[in-house]
Amino acid sequence: MKKRCDVAIVDYGLGNLFSVQNACKKVGLEAVITSQKDVIHAASCVILPGVGAFADAMAALTSSGLDQVLGEIVVDGKTLFCLCLGMQLLMSESQEFGRHKGLNIIEGEVLPLRALTDAGVRIKVPHVGWNGIFDPDADKKGSPQKWQGTLLEDVQNHEPMYFVHSYCVVPRDKRVVLAETIYGDQQFCSVLQYGNIFGCQCHPEKSAAAGLKIYEKLAQKIRKANA
Amino acid sequence: MKHSLQVLQNRRIIARMDIKGSNLVKGIHLEGLRVLGDPSQFAKYYYEQGIDELVYMDIVASLYNRNSLHDIIRKTAQDIFIPLTVGGGLRTVDDMRQVLRAGADKVAINTAAIKNPQIIREAAKCFGSSTIVVSIEAKRVSKDKYEAYIDNGREKTGIDVFEWAQRVVALGAGEILLTSVDQEGTGKGFDVYLVNKVSQLVSIPVIASGGAGCKEHVGEVFVAGCADAVCLASLFHYDFLRQQQGFGAPNKQTPFMQNKFSRIQDISIPTLKEYLKAKKVVCRGCDR
Repeated sequence: MKKRCDVAIVDYGLGNLFSVQNACKKVGLEAVITSQKDVIHAASCVILPGVGAFADAMAALTSSGLDQVLGEIVVDGKTLFCLCLGMQLLMSESQEFGRHKGLNIIEGEVLPLRALTDAGVRIKVPHVGWNGIFDPDADKKGSPQKWQGTLLEDVQNHEPMYFVHSYCVVPRDKRVVLAETIYGDQQFCSVLQYGNIFGCQCHPEKSAAAGLKIYEKLAQKIRKANA
Repeated sequence: MKHSLQVLQNRRIIARMDIKGSNLVKGIHLEGLRVLGDPSQFAKYYYEQGIDELVYMDIVASLYNRNSLHDIIRKTAQDIFIPLTVGGGLRTVDDMRQVLRAGADKVAINTAAIKNPQIIREAAKCFGSSTIVVSIEAKRVSKDKYEAYIDNGREKTGIDVFEWAQRVVALGAGEILLTSVDQEGTGKGFDVYLVNKVSQLVSIPVIASGGAGCKEHVGEVFVAGCADAVCLASLFHYDFLRQQQGFGAPNKQTPFMQNKFSRIQDISIPTLKEYLKAKKVVCRGCDR
């Protein structure tokens, strides 16, 4: 029988899995990089990372049957942490190079970032760099009420995280939106939560101390569930 | 929506570290390479000071040095949770895969891309565009014309920089690291014209490199050069070496690195970011 581990990082051939694994290690989580269904099922938490194109990622997930495994994970109510493209894959569909079906775990779509503001100013896309995540309804200072009990609990409102992306998610039900970010003149959903599914457009594993606070919270959640 | 575009948001400050074997080195004009110390110590200091990203350049890039480079990357990636770009001598997609496996987040390629532009497309397909930084070494040939160089500005290619910049974007590059061969190491300031022109031509972020001697130069390349990020080496290396010796104390390394002809001032990362904020160039840690 395979040893049960804290975290299974889903390896479907895309993305820098090693930085995710290093961040897990830093907060004391044992994380394996795997594409094996039984290992994913046995883990306490599943991380779906991803860098690259939406269609390629979906093709890789469906051809390996990992799309079904992720669906089962969600039905089981297990913690699923999705990063960057991983979060976009949760949506119903994407408009990246045509229309592509997503995992459809959260209703919504993936749209391109606008490269031109309403005022006609050109904006660089991809959006690369550090940018604040915030709860639009909360005060500027401290951690918003909405974030209590979530992975963002210890993060300050407007704390900068590292982003690299050209597309953003637009969930249909705005209640899943935990945090938003402004780039150019557009405001997009940068962190979402739906039950035990948590998605970040930013890369907490590349966001220095601020990002590690999210991993720390994840570790606490897993330890609590394992206890 | 309240958002002024007069303020340059989300600009990045990147520390560039030239690696030879297991050491951080710095080229000194007419003198060759000097060993500055253990790269992981410098990296840790920059990380704690709030650097936004790190770039490691393997400047010798011999086959025999690969293992020590991978060790340095591995060590960095375990302790430092910001983006790390690695370049120098990456000839094949497999070379890139190896540094990414060691813990790099992005790879920088120059020679390999010049010799076989399709490698950009191939690498972008394997690792995603955002992982591929194309490094362009630009040397001015006339008032408005620049030629791309390889091999740390030693070998010419006959390729026009502006055409090349647009081509690498079409091939799938995620960012351009643009180094002025003429300005590099002089401390006389960036080639603002070059940076501005490339930045206007392409849709992807442009990282300006080469020539910074003081904080004013950095401000200038952001405001007038439209750089999306800057890559700095000596300014920060001198600061680290000075801090190691205690505040304001004379530095053993400084005499040969920073002789009386040097135009390069040392500056700490927080001081630089505060200065930029006053110039309405906003970086991480200075946006509140």
